Amino acid sequence: MSGSHNDVGATQAHSSLAHDLHGDHGHGHDDHGGASHGSFRSYLTGFILSVILTAIPFWLVMGDVLGNATTTAIVIMLFAAAQIVVHMIYFLHMNTRSEGGWSMMALIFTVVIVVIMLAGSLWVMYHLNSNMMPMAPGNHPM
Amino acid sequence: MSKATAHQTDGGVPVFHVFEDKEVHHPGDSTMLGFWMYLMSDCLIFAVLFATYGVLGRNYAAGPSGADLFDLKLVAVNTAMLLFSSITYGFAMLAMEKGRKAAVQGWLVVTALFGLAFLSIELYEFHHMIAEGATPMRSAFLSSFFTLVGTHGLHVTFGLIWLTVLLVQVGQRGLIPENRRRLMCLSMFWHFLDVIWIGVFTFVYLMGVLK
Amino acid sequence: MNSYPDWWPLVFGRFTFEAIPYHEPILVATFAAVAIGGLGLFALITKLGAWGYLWREWFTSVDHKKIGIMYMVLGIVMLLRGFADALMMRGQQAIAFGANEGYLPPHHYDQIFTAHGVIMIFFVAMPLVTGLMNYVVPLQIGARDVAFPFLNNFSFWMTVGGVVLVMASLFVGEFAKVGWLAYPPLSGKAYSPGVGMDYYLWALQIAGVGTTLSGINLIATIVKMRAPGMDMMKMPVFTWTALCTNVLIVASFPVLAGTVALLTLDRYVGTNFFTNDLGGNPMMYVNLIWIWGHPEVYILILPCFGIYSEVASTFCGKRLFGYASMVYATVVITILSYLVWLHHFFTMGSGASVNSFFGITTMIISIPTGAKIFNWLFTMYRGRIRFELPMMWLLAFMITFVIGGMTGVMLAVPPADFVLHNSLFLIAHFHNVIIGGVVFGAFAGINYWFPKAFGFKLDDFWGKMSFWFWVIGFYVAFMPLYVLGLMGVTRRVNHFDDPSLQIWFVIAAIGAVLILFGILSFLVQIVVSVMNREKLRDVTGDPWNGRTLEWATSSPPPAYNFAFTPMVHDHDSWADMKKRGYQRPLEGFRPIHMPKNTGAGVIISAFATICGLALVWYVWWLAALSFLAIIVTAIAHSFNYDRDYNIPAEEVVREEERRSRALAAARV
Repeated sequence: MSGSHNDVGATQAHSSLAHDLHGDHGHGHDDHGGASHGSFRSYLTGFILSVILTAIPFWLVMGDVLGNATTTAIVIMLFAAAQIVVHMIYFLHMNTRSEGGWSMMALIFTVVIVVIMLAGSLWVMYHLNSNMMPMAPGNHPM
Repeated sequence: MSKATAHQTDGGVPVFHVFEDKEVHHPGDSTMLGFWMYLMSDCLIFAVLFATYGVLGRNYAAGPSGADLFDLKLVAVNTAMLLFSSITYGFAMLAMEKGRKAAVQGWLVVTALFGLAFLSIELYEFHHMIAEGATPMRSAFLSSFFTLVGTHGLHVTFGLIWLTVLLVQVGQRGLIPENRRRLMCLSMFWHFLDVIWIGVFTFVYLMGVLK
Repeated sequence: MNSYPDWWPLVFGRFTFEAIPYHEPILVATFAAVAIGGLGLFALITKLGAWGYLWREWFTSVDHKKIGIMYMVLGIVMLLRGFADALMMRGQQAIAFGANEGYLPPHHYDQIFTAHGVIMIFFVAMPLVTGLMNYVVPLQIGARDVAFPFLNNFSFWMTVGGVVLVMASLFVGEFAKVGWLAYPPLSGKAYSPGVGMDYYLWALQIAGVGTTLSGINLIATIVKMRAPGMDMMKMPVFTWTALCTNVLIVASFPVLAGTVALLTLDRYVGTNFFTNDLGGNPMMYVNLIWIWGHPEVYILILPCFGIYSEVASTFCGKRLFGYASMVYATVVITILSYLVWLHHFFTMGSGASVNSFFGITTMIISIPTGAKIFNWLFTMYRGRIRFELPMMWLLAFMITFVIGGMTGVMLAVPPADFVLHNSLFLIAHFHNVIIGGVVFGAFAGINYWFPKAFGFKLDDFWGKMSFWFWVIGFYVAFMPLYVLGLMGVTRRVNHFDDPSLQIWFVIAAIGAVLILFGILSFLVQIVVSVMNREKLRDVTGDPWNGRTLEWATSSPPPAYNFAFTPMVHDHDSWADMKKRGYQRPLEGFRPIHMPKNTGAGVIISAFATICGLALVWYVWWLAALSFLAIIVTAIAHSFNYDRDYNIPAEEVVREEERRSRALAAARV
C-alpha cells in the first residue's frame, strides 16, 4: 500500500508542477482531494439521482405509504445512505485514487468514528435510561 | 521518483539529494487534502449534534413534538433549494475548467441566490416555531433541533460570505491558480453541506413526524 | 451593583470592581509578583529595543522551528503556573486536618484544582507535544516547512489566546470551581452562575480551534511533504506517532468543541441539553466529553512514545527493534482509543453489558502499549547503551509507566472501578501515566533535540539533578495517594477529619517539594547551559550520532532546513547516509521558495481573545465588534496573494559556506 502510494504522490507533485510551469490548468485529472471536476453528464446524473432519492422518502413519509413507522424509518435511512453515496461520487468526486487514496482513507476513518460515536452514544444512553431513569419521559407515572 | 532513486554516482554511492531544478513540493499541493480533512473534522462536530439529537430528540418535556411542528412541504422546498444550488455550483466548476470567467461568476451568483432562498425559508420556519412558543429553551428536543439545524444554517451563511468574497476575488484577478484552488475548496464545502442536509431532513424532519 | 450607574452594564457587562480579588492576599501577592516580573520583562525588552525583533522574527514567523520553540516556551511557562497550583493543593491537604482549616477556603481550593487540571492538560502537555512535533516532524521528513505555514502561526496564537483567558481569570473575576472536565449540572448556570465557568468555556473553545488546525496542518505535512523515497514504512517512528496523534486530534477536538458549545448554549441561551429540567440529560455531557477525553490521553502519550523510540535507537546505537510492530501498535491504539471512553464513568449505571464491553476494550488497548515496552527493551538488549540524559528519562519512563499501566488495568475492571472510582487511587494512576509518560517524554525530547534547536547541548549535571529530583519526587508524591485511594479517600477535598491520614499527605507534600526542586534544576540547567554555550557547542549538527534526517542539518538548521531536498533510501535515513559515504553537497545551490511572515495570525487571535473576554463578562457590544473584526481581518488577509518569496541562491551559498567553515574548524 505505502510503496505504491509514494510513487503516486511523487508523480502527482511533478505533474501539477508541470501544469503550473506550462500555464496549463485545463486538467481533468484527479490529483486533488475529492475535487476533480467531473463532467456535465456526471453532475446531471448525480442531480437526477439525488432528486429521485430525495423525493421517494418524502413521498413515503408524507403519503404514509408503508403504514408502519419502523419500516418507513429503516427504508428512508437506506435512501439517505444511498443519496450520501451519490453525492460523494458525483458532487464530491470521491474515488480511491485521489490524493493517493488519502481522501478515501480519511473519509472511511471519519465514517467509522461517526458510527462509533452515534451508535455508542445511543447504546450507552439507552442503557443508562432503562437502568437509572424509570421516570424517563413517556413512561412517566405522574 | 523511481527513476531518480536509481541514480548512482560512479563510486556506487547512491544519490542522496534531489538536484533537479525544480521543487519537489509546490505550495498549494496540500490545500485540497488539508481542506478535506477540515471537512472531516466539521463532520464530527455534526456527529456530536446528531448524537445529541438522537439521544435527546424525543424528550419533548410535555411540549410540542416534531409531528406538531414540522411542515414537510416547506422542508421539501428547502431541500430542493439546496439541491439546485449544488448543481449550479457544479456548473460553475465546469465553467472554471473551461476558463470562462463570466460564466463562473454567473453560476456563482445563481448558487448564492439559491443559498439565500434556503436560508430565508429556514429563518421563516424558525421564526414561525418560536412565535408558537416552540423556543430552543422549551425542551431538550427543541434545544437539539435548533442547534443541529441552526449549525447547518450557520455553515450555509459562512459559505455565502465566502462565496461573495470569491466573487470579488475572481472579478479582480480572474481564474488564477489561487482562485481556482479556493473555488474548489468552496465547492467541497458547499457539497459537504448538502450531504449534511441529507442527514438532517432524514433524521430530523422525516423521522420526526413518524408516529 | 447599586453604586453603579444604569449605563454601566451596557458598557461593561457584568464587570464590577468587586470582581478584582484584592481582598485575597494570595492572589494580590501573585498579582504583584506577576506584574513586577511582567513590567521588568517589558522594560528589558524595550531597553534592548527588541520589540521589533520579536515581532518580525518570532511573533509573525511562519517558520515551523520558531513556532515549535514558542510552543515549548509557552508550555514551560505554564508548567510553572500549573505546578504552583499543585504545590498549593499539596500544602493545603498536608495541614488541613481537624481544627486546622488550612489556608485555602473551599471556593478557592476548587478553583485551584480546576485550574491545575485545565492548565496541565491544555496548556502544558499539549503545547509541549505540539511544539516538539512542530519542530521535529518537517526536519525528519526532509521538508522545508509545514504544509500550511500561516495556519501554523495562527494555531499557536489561538493557543496563546486560551492561555491569556485562563491567566486573566486569576486576576479579574475567578476561575471555574467544577473540576477540569466541568460536569453539568454543577457547571450549568444554576449552580455556577459566576464568570469562572465562562472563562473555562471560552479558553477551551479558542485554544481548541488552534489545536484542531495544527492537527490538520501536520497530517497534510506528513502525507504530502515527505522527501522522495520516504515511504510510509520508512518514516521515522516519531513521525509515525505524530501522524497518528494528529489524526486523533482532528478526529476528537471537534467533539470537544461541539460539547463545549452545547454547554455554552445551556449557560448563555438557556437551552436544555445538560440540565435536569425539560428533558435535558447531564450524563450526555459526560458521555460526549469522554469521547473526546479518551483519545486526548493518547494524543498526549503517542508522540512521547515516538520520542522514546528515537531516543532508544539513537542511544543504543542500533535500529529500533520491531519497527513494523511499533507502527502497527501505534495505529491500533489510534483506532482502539475511540472504543474505551466509557471506562471513565463505569459508575454512571449503564449496566453490566455496557460496562463489560468497555472494560474488555480497555484491557485490549493495553496490549499494543505493552508490545511497545518490549520493543524498547529489545532495542536495548545487546545495544551499546549510552546513558545520556534522554536515555535516563527513557529508563525512568519504562519503569514508571509500567506501574501506571498496571494500575490502569485494575481500574479497567468495572467492579474494582466501583470501589476506586473518584478516589485518590485514580489521581495517582493518571499522574503516574501522565508524569511518567508525557512529562518524562517531554524532558527526554527537550534534552534530545535542544542541541538541534540551539546549537549547544544542555548541561549534564543540572540535567541529572532535575532527573533525580523529578523521578524520586514523583514516587514520593504519588505512591501515598495510591495508599490513600485504597483506604477510600476521595479526590477534590480540601479538609479531612481523620488525623491518621495526615502522615500520607505530608509525605506527598514532601514529594511535591522534591518535584519543585526538579523543575528549578531544569530552569537552572537551561540558564547554566546558555552561559556555558561555547563549551557545550556542537557544530556537527549531529551531537548524538543520530539516525534520522533532522541530524543531517546544521544546528540550528537554516531557515530553509535543507539546501537540497534529501532523497531517502532506507529508514533511519541519516544513519544510512552516513554508512554509505554521504558527502554534503557544496555547490549547485539554487534559490529556495519560502513562505513570507505575516501578522494576520497574531491579529485574528487577539480579536478572538478579546471576543472571548467580552463574552465572559457579557459585554455584548465588544463581543459583536471583535467577532466582526475577526471576519473582516480574515477576509482582508485572503486578499493578500503575495505570500511567498525566494531566498536568493547567494544567501544559500553564504549560509552553506559558513557551515563548511565551522565544520572544518571543528575537525582541526
